[in-house]
Amino acid sequence: MGTFVVGSMIEVTLFAFMIALTLYIARIRSLFAAAMLFGIFSLISAGMLTLMDAVDVAFTEAAVGAGISTVLFLGALGLTASEETRPLHHRLSAKLVVIATGLMLAWGTLDMPAYGDPDAPIHHHVAPHYLEDSEEEIGIPNVVTSVLASYRGYDTFGETTVVLTAAVGAMLLLGGGLTRARDDDPDADAHGEGSA
Amino acid sequence: MNVFAVAMLGILVTMLLALVRAFLGPTVYDRVLAANMFGTKTVLLIAVSGFLTGRPEWLDLALIYALMNFTGMIALLRFSKFENLAHDEQGK
Repeated sequence: MGTFVVGSMIEVTLFAFMIALTLYIARIRSLFAAAMLFGIFSLISAGMLTLMDAVDVAFTEAAVGAGISTVLFLGALGLTASEETRPLHHRLSAKLVVIATGLMLAWGTLDMPAYGDPDAPIHHHVAPHYLEDSEEEIGIPNVVTSVLASYRGYDTFGETTVVLTAAVGAMLLLGGGLTRARDDDPDADAHGEGSA
Repeated sequence: MNVFAVAMLGILVTMLLALVRAFLGPTVYDRVLAANMFGTKTVLLIAVSGFLTGRPEWLDLALIYALMNFTGMIALLRFSKFENLAHDEQGK
């Protein structure tokens, strides 16, 4: 019981930090500071997810949100202005739409089972089967790996294809360094052919 | 109230202080330092909450976060100095 109360207090505190960060990011005009604060926000989310026992999701959040996203934001800042232009007027209708959507989402969560409820549908579908039989059926000790690589193998395969297609598309759009080097220096043609 | 709960309280207070520094700024260095500080506090939060809930294996997770925080901070500082990650020349 004591541990439960302490755990809830930690989560409430982290939630308060996240709300304060969100409000501050919405107000701040310096985009470099906003990128830093986004990194901190991701770290808090990762902490929250770890406390909820979703350690793999938490680490993805930390690596993507606090790691690569911050560097990508800074890269974008290097190409554009580092200060957000002040809006001429605040649109009241936009705020109303955002608040209404948020309230509807909060209303939607009322239908969900309570946090940690053992009778929730997700604990009675295929999860017990995976936990009990996956070692025998698949032969991999880690249940998460056997779910991702075998039970949902086609799903993972499709996701990998989507990521590869996105990477190829982005590389085609950005052009790569090779073509630009050739434009700058006509002699680089032979080197480019040789190394490729 | 055991010793880990007290340690957790201390970590949350330190997180709040780092957050205040990130809010107030005023220089880029202050904010980078606040972000790095917060990463360290996340490592400690995960480690202590593992002991708090009786799962000391979470120490391994905390180590991974420490490594990621270090690498991320190197990338961040390199980027703010050289404006790219590949070359040493500035702004090229």
